[in-house]
Amino acid sequence: MAVKDYMRERFLPHIWCAGCGHGIIMGNMIRAIDQLNLKKNDIVVVSGIGCSSRMPGYLDFHTMHTIHGRALAFAMGVKMGQPELNVIVPMGDGDALAIGGNHLIHAARRNVDLTAIVMNNSIYGMTGGQYSPLTPTGKKATTAVYGTDSKPFDVVALASGAGATFVARTTTYHVKEMVDIIKAAILHKGFSVVEIMSQCPTYYGRKNKMGGAVEIMETFQEKTVKLGSKKAEADPELMQRGVFVQEIQPEYVESYQALTAALQKTAQKGRGLGKGEHHG
Amino acid sequence: MKSGTTFIQGNEAIARGALYAGLQFFAGYPITPSTEIAEILSEKLPKLGRKFLQMEDEISSMCAIIGASLTGLKVMTATSGPGFSLKQEAIGYAVMAEVPSVVVNVQRGGPSTGLPTGVAQGDVMQARWGTHGDHSIITLTASNLQDVFLMTVEAFNLAETYRTPVILLFDEVVAHMREKVKIPEPGEINVVERLHTSVPEGTNFHPYLTREDGRLPMSDFGGVHRYNVTGLVHDMWGFPSNDPKVAYDLLHHLVDKIENKADLLARYKEHHTEDAEILLISFGSAARTALHLVEQRRQRGLKVGLLELQTLWPFPRQLVRRMCKGRTHVLVVEMNMGQVCQEVRKAVIRPERVYLANRFDGASIAPADILNVLNMIRGKGV
Repeated sequence: MAVKDYMRERFLPHIWCAGCGHGIIMGNMIRAIDQLNLKKNDIVVVSGIGCSSRMPGYLDFHTMHTIHGRALAFAMGVKMGQPELNVIVPMGDGDALAIGGNHLIHAARRNVDLTAIVMNNSIYGMTGGQYSPLTPTGKKATTAVYGTDSKPFDVVALASGAGATFVARTTTYHVKEMVDIIKAAILHKGFSVVEIMSQCPTYYGRKNKMGGAVEIMETFQEKTVKLGSKKAEADPELMQRGVFVQEIQPEYVESYQALTAALQKTAQKGRGLGKGEHHG
Repeated sequence: MKSGTTFIQGNEAIARGALYAGLQFFAGYPITPSTEIAEILSEKLPKLGRKFLQMEDEISSMCAIIGASLTGLKVMTATSGPGFSLKQEAIGYAVMAEVPSVVVNVQRGGPSTGLPTGVAQGDVMQARWGTHGDHSIITLTASNLQDVFLMTVEAFNLAETYRTPVILLFDEVVAHMREKVKIPEPGEINVVERLHTSVPEGTNFHPYLTREDGRLPMSDFGGVHRYNVTGLVHDMWGFPSNDPKVAYDLLHHLVDKIENKADLLARYKEHHTEDAEILLISFGSAARTALHLVEQRRQRGLKVGLLELQTLWPFPRQLVRRMCKGRTHVLVVEMNMGQVCQEVRKAVIRPERVYLANRFDGASIAPADILNVLNMIRGKGV
């Protein structure tokens, strides 16, 4: 199907600024879903608050636009409620790493089968350009007039350390790579974190004199390299892209279902032996 | 679940009531004095093939139950004062998105960490106005464990009927005391199931288009209807809108669906009210003390009665006005600085005759605390 067949045209036009990278991510997420032949009814997209979080409204899946930072907590309930559904959670950098940081590390610790997509544009866009926990050191924002005073999180290291079993990074410049990574993340049984560098020419670009969308995207090309490549070895300053972690570990909901099944079996056995119902 | 008579703790009566009502998913975070609810459900739910989840904090527990409710499950979370504060933003989301959910708040002394093991009823107003913005909400309470069980079942029924979060506002004494409870047989008391839409696949489903009878049938996530749920002001499609007309209609709908049903939602008990010249109004564990005093004074010939409120919100204004009419005095008995007393004064024709007998020091209110006020208003001195 075409990209537009996955969209709710009634809800367009979208709210994103001209040149915003989030539309590229939405398009590629749709392409990934289409290439995987997933059914619309089997997909739930849960978001929090921010520019990125407006994405679900435009998509013809089961969609939920929730409260700031808590998308993963809502998604946790959806996944436990209907484990057979594919639950995708697009989040902004402030949404996922500041107010929602606790939920990110705990979803990773549990290894629950959710696909978290961190749309990292290095800024709070919806509120007009304040610095986020992913804004690089020294960069300017409306609340960092003299440059940010602290270093950003490394999402890949944080997610890996917290126990995510699929961790990847890409950018809006590398569109084919992005589709492949999102596909792998959705297919992965366990908690997947995909950081996607996205451009915000309106606030981040303007505040830091980085030019327009094209110029910022060019920096994604120039300043990043494929994971494990010779270029990466030669210049450790460059940001690496690719799949950093991909391993199979017990998945939370599956483990819980196994526990309930075993407990129910024991209970039935107990009844069969004539012990009577001694619980419940 | 096993029926029959049992001797259990208040928090267990809540857990049993929830299971009777069909609780399928519980998420929570440990906090005194409600923790036993989570402990009991963590054992019982998986044995029944249902789900228990200990989340990383209070707000995420509320978020998780909302997510699970949208997949079609009956859901609950439980907490106490500080945790109730932390859940408020997500409770507002459940109000706005009209997601059936039950939130237990076993009250303790506040504000802040307050008196974690002390009894209090200071969250009456927070239950009503804890989340921001104009809205309405249903809040139930009870004074004995049989009623705790019944009100818990009722909370699930009302959450499903009105598509709203329902607050179960109990207190530390009720939650931690032990009492005889008769667990009814299945079917003995009514259990309301979720109302699903009859709109067939392929036909437009408007998730927020209210039916003529005021009800809003649901479609589960994963089902044949795909729609948007948001905490923003939204139209009948569930899509965000800035249109003043849409906002006006939505706010009216959210408030009216509950406030206009205040009489229907009023749950209460009358004790010796028929000929009472003095009426006591109380709720929760304070009502136990009030009832004790009423029965004691009756033996001495004092015409005193008790109206025990079980629905706190929407406040049963008509009921209270009717019940207070013609009494010489009305005495509100509660363990806070007069939160229900203010509502009673607003409801009655002669607010100057409404008095308050209260405690807010973490100790249970005693008959003497009420008697002192009673003597004072009768001109008998303390």
